[in-house]
Amino acid sequence: MTAAVTSVPVSAPQPAPTRVRVTQARVIRSEWIKFRTLRSSWITLGAGVAGMVGIGLLISWATNNRWTHMDPIERLTFDPVNRSLTGAFLAQLAIGVLGVLTVTGEYGTGMIRSTLGAVPKRLPVLWAKLGVYAVVTFGAALVAAFASFLGGQALLGTHGVSLSAPDALRCVIGVALYLTVVGIFAAGLGFAIRNTAGGIATLFGLLLVLPGLARALPSSWQQWIVPYLPSEAGGNVFAVLRDPSTLAAWTGFAVFCLWAAAAVALGAWVLSHRDA
Amino acid sequence: MPVIEIRELTKRFGPKLAVDSLSFDVRPGMVTGFLGPNGAGKSTTMRMIIGLDRPTAGRVTVNGRPYAEHPDPLRQVGALLEAKAVHTSRTARNHLRVLAATHGIPTSRVDEMIDLVGLTDVATKRAGGFSLGMGQRLGIASALLGEPSVLVLDEPVNGLDPEGVRWVRDLLKYKAAQGCTVFVSSHLMSEMAVTADHVIVIGRGRLLADSPTAEIIRSASSNRVTVRTPDAARLQTALAGPDVKVTTAGPDLLEVEGLASARIGEIALAERIVLHELVPQQASLEEAFMEMTADDVEFHATATSTGGPTRDRSRV
Ligand SMILES: Nc1ncnc2c1ncn2[C@@H]1O[C@H](COP(=O)(O)OP(=O)(O)OP(=O)(O)O)[C@@H](O)[C@H]1O
Ligand SMILES: [Mg+2]
Repeated sequence: MTAAVTSVPVSAPQPAPTRVRVTQARVIRSEWIKFRTLRSSWITLGAGVAGMVGIGLLISWATNNRWTHMDPIERLTFDPVNRSLTGAFLAQLAIGVLGVLTVTGEYGTGMIRSTLGAVPKRLPVLWAKLGVYAVVTFGAALVAAFASFLGGQALLGTHGVSLSAPDALRCVIGVALYLTVVGIFAAGLGFAIRNTAGGIATLFGLLLVLPGLARALPSSWQQWIVPYLPSEAGGNVFAVLRDPSTLAAWTGFAVFCLWAAAAVALGAWVLSHRDA
Repeated sequence: MPVIEIRELTKRFGPKLAVDSLSFDVRPGMVTGFLGPNGAGKSTTMRMIIGLDRPTAGRVTVNGRPYAEHPDPLRQVGALLEAKAVHTSRTARNHLRVLAATHGIPTSRVDEMIDLVGLTDVATKRAGGFSLGMGQRLGIASALLGEPSVLVLDEPVNGLDPEGVRWVRDLLKYKAAQGCTVFVSSHLMSEMAVTADHVIVIGRGRLLADSPTAEIIRSASSNRVTVRTPDAARLQTALAGPDVKVTTAGPDLLEVEGLASARIGEIALAERIVLHELVPQQASLEEAFMEMTADDVEFHATATSTGGPTRDRSRV
């Protein structure tokens, strides 16, 4: 009997997927739980969607209403697709703020120490955060973009176009992509700056203030600078009629992606080199 | 084999040398106390163990590897840090689920830990509303989540009620008895004296002592002797001297400071006074600590006089 008790039990082979260890997929799952268990995530995202659709509908309705009072040049350069998507300028505020907060909220509360204690390799956290936030933002922005477009075109009446109009679908998907990249840009800055106020100020300084400042430069310089600024470059992807001085739709979007990539690269560097 | 190995570990914050080429080992199967005055570098050392702070020089390994190189960090080390490390808007349960998810730890384990630390009733409440002690319990739950073989706890009993303090003490002892490595910092010397088998003392980032608790206490000089005698009043007069302080601790009990027990015995014999007890007092861990760190305390408080209301600082 004693022999049976003292014999070393052969441990059952552990099924591989249930083994306790960190994987990128699990970090993504963790970030998804983080995102959805904060009520502020849904409130901010909901406000962004509602704001975008609301503004799109309001402006489309107003345009249709005031059509006979518009001057001829305005009618000539009128872009019904872009007009219905105007609310993206509001949505980018919500998505930008939330993007910064998903990162700086952790630094502000100290949660980051728990996060990096569990994932001390650190960079998987950055990829997971960006991935989760990008997917969620793209989903929400796509819903908002279609709703704005379809509702807006209906309210534009005879001045509206259908989704099969040239470039219409590109613009609708383009605006969702633009907003997604705003989110990535914001989260990247969040990792780089770690502070909510600083992150938000930097993001909107680059997106909203910089173009205004650049337009104060001598006009011979402007053509080399303004089209490459993040929002100027990125905005082309949801416009049908473009000013000839601006970049082509996807070229502009690629430039915008480079800006976001730079912010993410900076964030990744700071995350992996600085003390948490 | 040591489980936590710290070698020439140095951390500089700008001009401040927080940890100064520190080397020591923490071994399994016992509770190792980590002591030092405020600002000595205890928390910084602990943050470097789990890779939150990068060492300026030197290295630290846990179970043979730097913490970050383990595929299952939470299974290796359970850490409770000094500062809060919880998102204030998330519930306690969701906080633990977030951490569990990174390692594929099942949610059933999360609920077990919540019950274990006694947070069942508030598991679905925002962690931001937690009291100090509740936050501490949540921190302990997250440290235990991965069933780690090493615990690194920075002032775990800070803010706990007496029942909680006792629970932590029993938990640490139980874990150590199971063969775990338990490394715990604290300022509560009486608590450490009964919990820690071994202590590491640092001051200004440098190692001051690394010995079994009993040895540290023994090596500290104590100059207190208690004497029990039916003739207390006469002995008190006989012992009086410039560097001697004799206090009455009971009707036939004296406490003598400044005289060795042998000398007291000789004086009593010369005066033909009967002694019933002559007991040299052991120093407390607190006294040993104070003696050891006297030169390394950076932040001195002004001594508060209890001499009378006129000198009471709170009334000035
Ligand atoms: N992030 C930081 N930046 C600058 N200085 C720091 C930082 N963290 C710690 N220090 C400094 O390093 C020294 C050691 O601090 P640490 O928190 O490790 O001490 P401690 O032993 O834990 O003290 P306490 O008993 O008060 O908790 C202190 O002088 C502190 O001011
Ligand atoms: Mg400390």
